[in-house]
Amino acid sequence: MENMPLLVLIISAIVKIVIIVHLLLIGVMIMIWAERRVSGWMQDRLGPNRVGPQGLLQPIADGLKFMFKEDIIPDHVDKPLYVLAPAMLLVPALVIVAVVPFGSSITLFGYEILLQIADINIGILYILAITSLGVYGVVLGAWASNNKYSLLGGLRSSAQMISYELTLGLGIIGILMLTGNTLSLRTIAIEQGAYPWHWNFLIHFPAFLAFTTAMFAETNRLPFDLAEAEQELVAGYHTEYSSMKFAMFFMAEYMNMIVGSAVVVTLFLGGWHFFGLENVGGPVWSGLISFGIFFVKTAIFLFVFIWVRWTLPRFRYDQLMNFGWKFLLPVALTSIVVTGTLWIMTGSGSRLVVGIGNVVAAFIVVSIVAGLLVMNKTPEPAMQNDDPQITPSALDAIE
Amino acid sequence: MNPEQILFFLFGAVSLVGAIAVISFRHPIYSALSLIVTFFAQAGLFILLGAHFVAAVQVIVYAGAIMVLFLFVIMLLNLGTLSAKGAISGKLKGFAVILGLLLAIEGVYIAVNAINTPEVASAETAATESVNTTTYNIGELLFSKYLLPFEVTSLILLAALIGVIVLVKRESQEENEIQ
Amino acid sequence: MPLESYLILSALLFTIGVVGVLIRRNAIIIFMCIELMLNAANLAFVAISRSLGEASGQIFVIFVMAVAAAEVAIGLAIIVSVFKHRQTINVDEVNSLRG
Repeated sequence: MENMPLLVLIISAIVKIVIIVHLLLIGVMIMIWAERRVSGWMQDRLGPNRVGPQGLLQPIADGLKFMFKEDIIPDHVDKPLYVLAPAMLLVPALVIVAVVPFGSSITLFGYEILLQIADINIGILYILAITSLGVYGVVLGAWASNNKYSLLGGLRSSAQMISYELTLGLGIIGILMLTGNTLSLRTIAIEQGAYPWHWNFLIHFPAFLAFTTAMFAETNRLPFDLAEAEQELVAGYHTEYSSMKFAMFFMAEYMNMIVGSAVVVTLFLGGWHFFGLENVGGPVWSGLISFGIFFVKTAIFLFVFIWVRWTLPRFRYDQLMNFGWKFLLPVALTSIVVTGTLWIMTGSGSRLVVGIGNVVAAFIVVSIVAGLLVMNKTPEPAMQNDDPQITPSALDAIE
Repeated sequence: MNPEQILFFLFGAVSLVGAIAVISFRHPIYSALSLIVTFFAQAGLFILLGAHFVAAVQVIVYAGAIMVLFLFVIMLLNLGTLSAKGAISGKLKGFAVILGLLLAIEGVYIAVNAINTPEVASAETAATESVNTTTYNIGELLFSKYLLPFEVTSLILLAALIGVIVLVKRESQEENEIQ
Repeated sequence: MPLESYLILSALLFTIGVVGVLIRRNAIIIFMCIELMLNAANLAFVAISRSLGEASGQIFVIFVMAVAAAEVAIGLAIIVSVFKHRQTINVDEVNSLRG
């Protein structure tokens, strides 16, 4: 990197940015299609299959429809913020990818080009910082709409984001302790090595689960989509949005999913490594293969996102807060303590011991918390009937 | 002008404009947003100064947590409707601005002169050119030389936590008694 | 950039914060101005830390941020409870302790 002329550096960076942004946009389209098809498949129906083969062109048709819709700015909104909010959600989702390494490196024209836009030495902190900005789009959109349901969605979202960000940050610390003196994502991916049993998700299994769950919460998707709960808040913060502004909210959600999956793959699932397959072939081919491996891993993780969304029902608000503060946070904290202690006690050697210790400790903590909750259980407060929960059994009764 | 100077003036100007906007917007939400802009510009200045870790923490703590809390309270209390009657009289305002100008002149005078004393100058020349303030260094200092202050900070946070809980708890109890 | 320019910028930011506290009566905005002043101090800390080639200044910034976070949590809780009792957060109207 250092001995590369500035011009080559700039050109390669621009090319990488263009490619990645386009991949993200195409990824969003594929995700929209996949979500509808997978949900159809899970619910034993077809899903969109008319536009193009297998309905693959459906997202393009959707996009065209969005563009030709009238862009309404209601009279009662706060206009500057109303226009700004969708962009403030979309921009953080786009700039996060700058530090995600999506492959090893390609040697072209005698220059080694890293498959990453910027390998900065505070990579993880950058991701946490930008993630924490995503909430502004939601909150401002909600406030500017000047609509009580939107405002409720925004309030819920800000409380939720602040709570789950803690877990997001704490879940990473275990990894940082066992990775050399750096916060660079590339180093973390490289140090995990080629074999799945060396990857971080086994060593830090409870932290992995906590981090992934917090990531789901940060993307505002079911089961954490209280900010836009259709049944109670009529879509929450984007009720008043139409046309391309709504499309931007929509795109930002999917973009956040893709970026979140890429981050999880980098941190916990070995990045672009897979049984040494990434070293096959010459300097160009190995880079492309590593990119392919990363792509496949991200795609699999995205499928998990869709799978969870169509499997789990939505949390109630107090359940959401309890879950975040009483289960995820203690688990993430325990993971830090146990990882550090066992790593020192075993003389900086045994990842196996740390992995087992983490799981055992997490199990103990969860049992203690669950026990305490059961012991202190007060009778359920009578729900003010402003958000009735529709459970499957209630639906059955209606039918 | 080298790139560092251009960036310094850019970030400096943005942070000053943002700061002035904080105190001149009528509406608290716009003030809060301007403050976020200022914080961002300051994070940029920190990066210029080679303090990458502090820059990231600035964005995480201030922009990501503190300002969200501000927005949350502004939205919760729906303060927009109250803002109109918050102003003070023009005469007092002029007095405040004059006081502020005096303070600014004083501050600039100190900034220019105080660092030209021999002690500071010698310390400055003794300093190495490339400052070694990576995240690793900060962590090392924090857990060795500054371990006690670090622990005291945790106590402050704990006290704040308990204080907030007490404030909120007592209120909800009072409300129950009224009912 | 020389140290002076950073210190001057810091002094100006601090002054704006002070003026804000003086001319605004909305408790939340006064609070924001205090944050602004703390940040001006942080800027000076980091600038001097760079010029002395020592990381201590940056550590103080981290302490300042921790204290600021605690202060905001308490302060906003107080503002919320004042608003609940008096329906205003104008600092001139919250004067029931005045003799």
